[in-house]
Amino acid sequence: MPFFRKKVYACGGYYTISLGTGRKEFHPKKPRPGIEHYIKEAIQGSIDQVQSPEHIDEGVIGNFIASRFCHQGNLGGFFPMAHKTFQYKPCMRVEGACDSGGLALVASVKTILADIAECVLCVGVEVQNSVKAIYGADYLAAAGWYAGERKNGHAYFFPDKFSQRAGACFEKFGFDPFRSGMAQWYTNAIENARKNPKAQEYHNRNTSLYETGLSAPNPKAFCEHINVFDCSKVSDGGAALIFASEEGLKNIGVDKKDAVEVVSYAQVQDNITTAPPDLTKLTTCQIAAQRAYERAGITPQDLSVLDVHDCFTVAGLLAIEAAGLVEYGEVAAFVKEGNTKRDGTIPTNTSGGLIGYGHPTGATGVRQAVDVVHQLSNKAADYQVAIHTDRPYGMISSMGGDDKTVVAMIFRKSD
Amino acid sequence: MTLDERLENVAVIGAAGKMGSGIAVMIAQEMAKLKLQPENSDKIYRLYLIDINEKALDGLRSYMKAQLTKVAEKSTVLLRSLYTAREDLVENRQVIDAFVDDSGSVLNFSPDMSVARNAHMVFEAILEDEKIKIKLYKKLKKICPDHTYFLTNTSSIPISFLDEHAGLDGRIIGYHFYNPPVVQRLVEVISPKAMNDELKQLGSQLGERLRKKLVPSNDISGFIGNGHFMRDGLYALSELERLQRTYRQVGALYVMNTVSQNFLLRPMGIFQLIDYVGIDIFQCILKVMRTHLGDARLRSKTIDRMVKLGVLGGQYSDGSQKNGFLQYEKSRPVGIFNIRKKEYFTINDRWKKKMDGIIGPLPDGLVSWKGLLMDPGRKDRLHTHFTALKAIDSLGAQLAVSFLQKTKAIGEELVKSGVARSADDVNAVLTNGFYWLYGPINEYV
Ligand SMILES: NC(=O)c1ccc[n+]([C@@H]2O[C@H](COP(=O)([O-])OP(=O)(O)OC[C@H]3O[C@@H](n4cnc5c(N)ncnc54)[C@H](O)[C@@H]3O)[C@@H](O)[C@H]2O)c1
Repeated sequence: MPFFRKKVYACGGYYTISLGTGRKEFHPKKPRPGIEHYIKEAIQGSIDQVQSPEHIDEGVIGNFIASRFCHQGNLGGFFPMAHKTFQYKPCMRVEGACDSGGLALVASVKTILADIAECVLCVGVEVQNSVKAIYGADYLAAAGWYAGERKNGHAYFFPDKFSQRAGACFEKFGFDPFRSGMAQWYTNAIENARKNPKAQEYHNRNTSLYETGLSAPNPKAFCEHINVFDCSKVSDGGAALIFASEEGLKNIGVDKKDAVEVVSYAQVQDNITTAPPDLTKLTTCQIAAQRAYERAGITPQDLSVLDVHDCFTVAGLLAIEAAGLVEYGEVAAFVKEGNTKRDGTIPTNTSGGLIGYGHPTGATGVRQAVDVVHQLSNKAADYQVAIHTDRPYGMISSMGGDDKTVVAMIFRKSD
Repeated sequence: MTLDERLENVAVIGAAGKMGSGIAVMIAQEMAKLKLQPENSDKIYRLYLIDINEKALDGLRSYMKAQLTKVAEKSTVLLRSLYTAREDLVENRQVIDAFVDDSGSVLNFSPDMSVARNAHMVFEAILEDEKIKIKLYKKLKKICPDHTYFLTNTSSIPISFLDEHAGLDGRIIGYHFYNPPVVQRLVEVISPKAMNDELKQLGSQLGERLRKKLVPSNDISGFIGNGHFMRDGLYALSELERLQRTYRQVGALYVMNTVSQNFLLRPMGIFQLIDYVGIDIFQCILKVMRTHLGDARLRSKTIDRMVKLGVLGGQYSDGSQKNGFLQYEKSRPVGIFNIRKKEYFTINDRWKKKMDGIIGPLPDGLVSWKGLLMDPGRKDRLHTHFTALKAIDSLGAQLAVSFLQKTKAIGEELVKSGVARSADDVNAVLTNGFYWLYGPINEYV
């Protein structure tokens, strides 16, 4: 018996540019669009792709921490501002740190499966350039356990968490092989971003990416084992995607061939107050991926495309392993050999990922889903990769905190 | 007394000025770091910021707060470890605010010099006037204890002269920071004849603490930095006077400024640099040097005229450039001062094209100061550039080669006359203090 008791589709994907350092439009000292702009542009971009927006039943928005970055709560209230169809309809905001977007996807799909709605507009948003990175690090640290970890944590709390993971991997798998895998990850991310005009690294013209990726860390000013190029940047951005039942698709006037089927998901939660069991593994991500495959009745080899949560290069590598594409300990070589490149065995993060596109935290999970939907419906323009007929699936894996809150979702190309 | 002990009580005089305020930021942060060490918890740290300009002292208060915040934001990794014992400080913001408070609490602002009476170390950065400086040191000698050391930021007055006239018994050292002192790594250190070893040692320890590059200079007016810059500027001014017969004053000024920047690959043209320093300051330093060295050649009619006309260059308080020989928009030159007409000539594309044609082309493989700054193969590229330059027969190339020769001769004379101890020291000052890509004493000419 399939995991879903009825069919669910995704369509009308859209996302904004990821604004921040690297983009030509970005000037740290000049005024920038606020959070309402990103919500509105994302919703509008999505709604423009349907014929009858009045049949959208609900809105869900994922956001991590606008209450601190933008002094703004109650984000559901921006749906009716963005489009009149939402006036007096159910709208809500969900939160799960950097996986807030992933949770928004899940909340939307659940509502349809529960027969509560036939069509839900799912949005993700974050605006983070409102403060300097050193203060942004404080806000983002809320993805960890404040009372138990923050005081003794690093100034750059999350970069340090993943720096520790990189250190553990260097020790376990050897410095040179693992470090070169990380540098290759960075290289692929920027190369992919150059094909995506909305990516934060779209304008990057560096001709020695791999060498840049290998830059030595500066523990006095930043972290012990990783450099700034190992990190996703500070980003502002929004993304939106429509979920609908078969009936919902008809209602809003979207053809099935323009939609992609959602075949399964898994949402997995680990205890925020405990340390990860093994720094060289993303255990929760692994459980989520396994469950999603089981529920879809497929194996990792059935994927044509993958989008993982590379908030740091090391997280990208470990996520590939967690997705079951390689045996434990082999991922650095797998990436170094080019398997995750756009023409490799499993094209990954084809629009740049978090390192190349950017990481507007609450928008990320939704942005990942939009990209996989674009790939499976042949709408990925310059960054389109080959989708094999015998492997019609794509998966996203989205993570909040240090492998605490994870969503894996699998999509299938329409026949 | 150790450096740490001396850092318990320090005064900066002229603290609201360009140099004084930067020195204050550096000392305040070192003091605060000491204050935060557990073993120093019972000590009292004081930094007295003294300036006769009370209005400017008010501005200094907010300047110090903003600068110390920036310092804290850049060193939060370290600060979190210094504040581990403070359970109440959890987020970066709290740690940064605490540091700004802690470093701010050592500051004391005063228009009255008598607060320096317990200072173990006094930094002096008041205006460049030997009478006023001597008067100040005489007063300080009266109010400060015998162990107090004085660090003067004078650009040109011989330290021994100040020492003797104020009767400081060798308790003064020339500690010549460059502008802006927080950013510029170079400090020229000038020891007067009578100076003791303890002060000499203190100077080098302090340099290390502030992460500065110290270059020793002998105690001869102008020292290395201005000893070179003034003569370099005078040469450009004499060339201006020669060339203006052919190209008019405005054209000649454009030629010399362009050649010094683009052909010699300097960060800015020579007249832009004089504007940056201030034409009045340039005149003032020349006068001090002329008097102390007894060299009547250290004078420029053009400079005297500009000062008389009140066209002075220098910077606004926000750091942007005031008009001088050149007119600036957003700190980029857009016009040239016509001295006879007393007005700015606006550089237009047609005129610029004509003048660039007269100057002649740059050697092939166009390089710029900015492009070479980070280039690891810079030595070879400079060599190629200057070799090609010497082979070109154009006005620009000829002027550049003569300038290069003159600049080298000035550097060598500084060594010969005993201002600098070595060619390396001369080169170190010009490359670190003036951001030249190469020292004046080189193999290119
Ligand atoms: N600006 C530079 O590029 C530079 C570089 C190196 C050295 N210096 C030297 O540093 C010194 C200061 O230069 P600046 O550019 O900072 O000048 P400035 O004019 O910016 O500052 C001088 C400050 O001293 C104050 N002052 C004047 N007389 C005083 C007195 N009797 N008591 C207390 N305060 C007094 C003034 O109010 C002013 O705030 C000079 O000796 C100068 O030659 C300047």
